[in-house]
Amino acid sequence: MVVGESKPIEEILSMVADFNKILLTGCKGCVTVCNAGGQKEVGILASALKIARKKEGREIEIDEITLERQCDPEYIDQLEDPIAKNGYDAVVSMACSVGPQYIAKHYEDMLVFPALNTTFIGGSLEHGVWAEFCQACGACGIHNFGALCPIARCAKSLLNGPCGGSAGGKCEISQETDCVWHLIYERMSRLGQLDKMANVVMFKDWTSSRDGGPRKIVREDLKQ
Amino acid sequence: MKAGSNLEKVFAAGHLAVTGELGPPRGADTGHIHEKGKYLIGMVDSVNVTDNQTAVVRMASMAVCRLLLDMGIEPNLQMVCRDRNRLAIQADLLGASGLGIKNVLCLSGDHQKFGDHPQAKNVFDIDSMQLIATVKKMRDEGKLINDHECEGVPPYFIGAAVNPFADPFDFRVTRLAKKIEAGVDFIQTQCIYNMEKFRTYMQQAYDQGLTEKCYIMAGITPLKSVGMARYMQKFVPGLEVTEDHIERLKGVDKKKQGDEGIKIAIEQMQEVKEMKGIAGIHVMAIEWEERVEELVTGAGLLPRPQVA
Repeated sequence: MVVGESKPIEEILSMVADFNKILLTGCKGCVTVCNAGGQKEVGILASALKIARKKEGREIEIDEITLERQCDPEYIDQLEDPIAKNGYDAVVSMACSVGPQYIAKHYEDMLVFPALNTTFIGGSLEHGVWAEFCQACGACGIHNFGALCPIARCAKSLLNGPCGGSAGGKCEISQETDCVWHLIYERMSRLGQLDKMANVVMFKDWTSSRDGGPRKIVREDLKQ
Repeated sequence: MKAGSNLEKVFAAGHLAVTGELGPPRGADTGHIHEKGKYLIGMVDSVNVTDNQTAVVRMASMAVCRLLLDMGIEPNLQMVCRDRNRLAIQADLLGASGLGIKNVLCLSGDHQKFGDHPQAKNVFDIDSMQLIATVKKMRDEGKLINDHECEGVPPYFIGAAVNPFADPFDFRVTRLAKKIEAGVDFIQTQCIYNMEKFRTYMQQAYDQGLTEKCYIMAGITPLKSVGMARYMQKFVPGLEVTEDHIERLKGVDKKKQGDEGIKIAIEQMQEVKEMKGIAGIHVMAIEWEERVEELVTGAGLLPRPQVA
């Protein structure tokens, strides 16, 4: 899933400092799963903003809506009525950054702000802990590395690691970061495939990654 | 001869080669390059010029290499993959060759987290292994990564680094073998302190015939003080400063710790000289160039051979 986390409340407060009435929109997709921007978090953020503004003596009116998804135009359409009727100064989205961009595209005259920092494609390690697993390079080759991704999980995206900074299974950048190449080595060893690690992996073609420009998929079989 | 550099000739003639290291200034002042460089003249066969070492911005390695050539010192251009993509890497390799640089050391590069611009975007388009293959392809096939032919082939003597002290230890010799397969001609090791581990590593490399396939240089860095030793032990990733060194430094008066460090380094050099498969010594006297003469004299490495 796409993992996100809330921006600091101070940053969100400064975004809405000039407004008296906003629409706060959550998303029931990935950001609900990672406890960052679902219905519950929308409620919590709305309360926090109201309390902070009340303290300043400038109350703010906040309506809350949590959409099925914000990365799909059909759900974004559901904001039409409330936006038309309620005269919001701005919309604040708690989806990943796709959400606020969709809202901005659909409601051309509306100011839109992101309440989350979209952080990575990853998964949860335990309750309350998430980690990055994929960098969306567009040409998955993890089967060559014991089904572990060195592009997303090695700090240097090395294809021929581990580098000289691997110590005790940890990456040189932090004791909190596993050396994925150490994990790859252990897994290849378990699978009896260490001989594969003796081969030099040559240049990666990054055209399928972000380096090739913003990406788009067209499925002719689905497109009508 | 692949490049005909002095370093390559020294190896080819069967001598134990000696290289030094020089860190470029954090500014445009070239004065201290000359200052440091003059201590290295006649002491070593060629000098590594670091490339934004520890991810700290310094004068470009290529420029400093050229300044050393002007002083009569043969440089080894260090090149990291952190700061340039394959376009810049190949352009710089062609440019450095155009400036008369013949030795290149292919490195991935320390992560910018450790440096003075931790906010920077890193590149790592290719890694050190692929950088070795890039230089080899340019030199031996006359082709760029994209198979386009070079107009004029850069003759490089290709170097790389290895760290026998990083984990997993059992993979370290395999990684050396990969660098040889990618096309490396000479290797410089990380600073050696754990001699026992290094001996095991070299034995494995020797047993696998790898020491016949490239020239391996043992990396030696003299410890200046207990403080420096502790710092390196704690904060330099992949560096294993063993307690016996620290105990020895502690055993002498604080003012004499530097001298003791030099003494230890000389003993280490004498020890590695006798190891099977060692073809040279890489002396990294960090900000201590003035002591290099003492080090190489003590280790019996002077005079440096004159090779035609």
